[in-house]
Amino acid sequence: MNTIDIKQNEPSQVELNQVELTQTVGNIYADDAKMSIRNANVHYGDKQAIHNVSLDLAKNQVTALIGPSGCGKSTFLRCLNRMNDTIDICRVTGQLMLDGEDIYAKELDPVLLRARVGMVFQKPNPFPKSIYDNVAYGARIHGLTNNKTELDEIVETSLQKAGLFNEVKDRLKDPGTGLSGGQQQRLCIARTIAVSPEVILMDEPASALDPIATAIIEELIDELKEKYTIAIVTHSMQQAARVSQHTAYFHMGKLVEMGKTEDIFTRPSHKLTENYITGRFG
Amino acid sequence: MTNSIDNSPASSRNNSPMSHTEASTASSTTEKVALSLKKRHQKEKRFKSIGLFAVLFGFMLVVILIGDITSKALPAFHQHWVKLDVNYQSDWLSVDDSSTQQVLAKQLKSANYRKVLKNSVYQMFSTSTGKKLSRKEKRQLFKLFSTNAEFTIKDALIAAPNQLNKQVTVWVRLDDDVDSYLKEDFAVGEAGLRITKQQAMWLAQLATEARIESRFNVSFFTASDSREPELAGIKGALMGTLLTMFVTLLLSFPLGVAGALYLEEFAPKNRITDLIEININNLAAVPSIVFGLLGLAVIINLFGLPRSAPLVGGIVLTLMTLPTIIIASRAAIKAVPPSLREAALGLGASKMQVTFSHVLPQAMPGIITGAIIGIAQALGETAPLLMIGMVAFIVDVPTSIVDSSTVLPVQIFLWADSPERAFLAKTSAAILVLLTLLLVINVTATVLRSKFEKK
Repeated sequence: MNTIDIKQNEPSQVELNQVELTQTVGNIYADDAKMSIRNANVHYGDKQAIHNVSLDLAKNQVTALIGPSGCGKSTFLRCLNRMNDTIDICRVTGQLMLDGEDIYAKELDPVLLRARVGMVFQKPNPFPKSIYDNVAYGARIHGLTNNKTELDEIVETSLQKAGLFNEVKDRLKDPGTGLSGGQQQRLCIARTIAVSPEVILMDEPASALDPIATAIIEELIDELKEKYTIAIVTHSMQQAARVSQHTAYFHMGKLVEMGKTEDIFTRPSHKLTENYITGRFG
Repeated sequence: MTNSIDNSPASSRNNSPMSHTEASTASSTTEKVALSLKKRHQKEKRFKSIGLFAVLFGFMLVVILIGDITSKALPAFHQHWVKLDVNYQSDWLSVDDSSTQQVLAKQLKSANYRKVLKNSVYQMFSTSTGKKLSRKEKRQLFKLFSTNAEFTIKDALIAAPNQLNKQVTVWVRLDDDVDSYLKEDFAVGEAGLRITKQQAMWLAQLATEARIESRFNVSFFTASDSREPELAGIKGALMGTLLTMFVTLLLSFPLGVAGALYLEEFAPKNRITDLIEININNLAAVPSIVFGLLGLAVIINLFGLPRSAPLVGGIVLTLMTLPTIIIASRAAIKAVPPSLREAALGLGASKMQVTFSHVLPQAMPGIITGAIIGIAQALGETAPLLMIGMVAFIVDVPTSIVDSSTVLPVQIFLWADSPERAFLAKTSAAILVLLTLLLVINVTATVLRSKFEKK
């Protein structure tokens, strides 16, 4: 009986498309913005994936990007450290600023940008190397240190920050791919932290993990925001509500609504947001 | 709808497995599946047996091939030697035994050992039979021994000069026709074998005196090609092959891997890249002799590199191997999960760092497999090398990549073409050496590959 009820109330796709999306509702601005994006448009060939998105990532806070599958939230996240550069047909326009600097400026080296804006991916993807080498890799390629003891220290503190050190301290020489899924994802986080980035982008970091591993990762995100600015894409609304201070709701390549997480989840202003967070579609 | 659902457990219970004909909504699916299942299993069985037959057939062919070659090659690994009483008389040698040691040593180097050999042999046989040999008999007798025999007795005297004017026993090789006769025991006078009845009698006499011995054929592995089968060895061709493969591997592996990496990781995806890709694929299908013509026209005639050299052979074989390596390497590079590239890129690794510290090591096992297929092809290649003069008769063992040389498959071709009976076994033996080399390369590759996979 329940399902039928929902079916009647669920807006059809036609209805949704008719909802006017000329302007984002809520508040896209942050007092202390680490990254500010204004009028970002992303095209894959002829297809436009992101339409005029503007938002701020508040410094030392967690911003969650939510929305139904294919709404462009991952695409948007990947623009923030120019990972989309690797896709030939992808074209990004608009103003994307990190500390007031245009990250798509010609003179800016994407390699440097990615050292400042790290990324954790959906599927844990440790290198097929030892745990130690996984964490040390970033520090090595950027030449952060030539000193063995310093490198050891970077590896240890990074693993500690990622809450993995106690579990792996006796087997740093073992391959990183031999860890469990949750440990692998924390290893990937440790690897990202080791480069000392300013912003960490997380693309559904817990979607491949069980609830216990997810809880550990969420706790970790909460601790990490003390030092880093974090943007996280998630399909789990509970997760967004638990870890983030700001939430942005994307729909069909457009930013529908953005605001403080508690406002979005308790008093959504837009009909689409309300439908999504109440589980009526998506 | 509800009716059928209610009925179905009952009807299926009632239905014995025998009553297929009775139409029942629930059990009919099971029955239909059961019916088709039998057919499906039969199909599977049939396919399995065909597959097994194919594997066994292939295996049998390999066994027959190896068995046949080995049995034919075995005679080449030993040869017959004969013990002669050599009389180093100074007047036969035409040296002056009263001269000083230094002068004597010089004279011994250019002395007439053929006369010593002839006279010693004539003496041996005339005393044993008690009658003088006719001129015809003398000629037949001398033919029993390898042309190399006089050099063997020369080396023996130079090694021990105090044997001058003494009679000593020296082991020398028998002629190849004699060797074949002793190994295969043909009827005397059979077509193709040049052994007379008289010669057979002498050999029987030598055998009863225990003067004939079969020894392991060391010179097959230490000598180069020769007109005389009893002296011909594989070393020259083997060295030529190794040098040629060295050049091929040195050129084709780095070039192939670099080309594949560039095309996969760096090249913009456009029409020109597509065109290059199509052409590489086409190049893999070009008949190898065409590459030989190219080598002759361009590398030898235009650039003036030496003929018959492993360097040129290696370059020509590189042209042939390169497409194979590039195609295999590209496939291996494509198979590297993109998540690995993203992980490294996300950490701020440059394209170069991503390629060399992540993509290449991951793709290495596949690349090595491709390289081995290419090298194995090149190893057995004859046609292009004929065009650049590696088919020449070369007696010296090549020591550098610009020396004249030949390669194993060409040597096999040359020996197979020779009329002497003893070359038949040599041909098979050379094929065995080639197959062994192939096996060694494959095993090395497997070891390397598993080492990379473990990492």
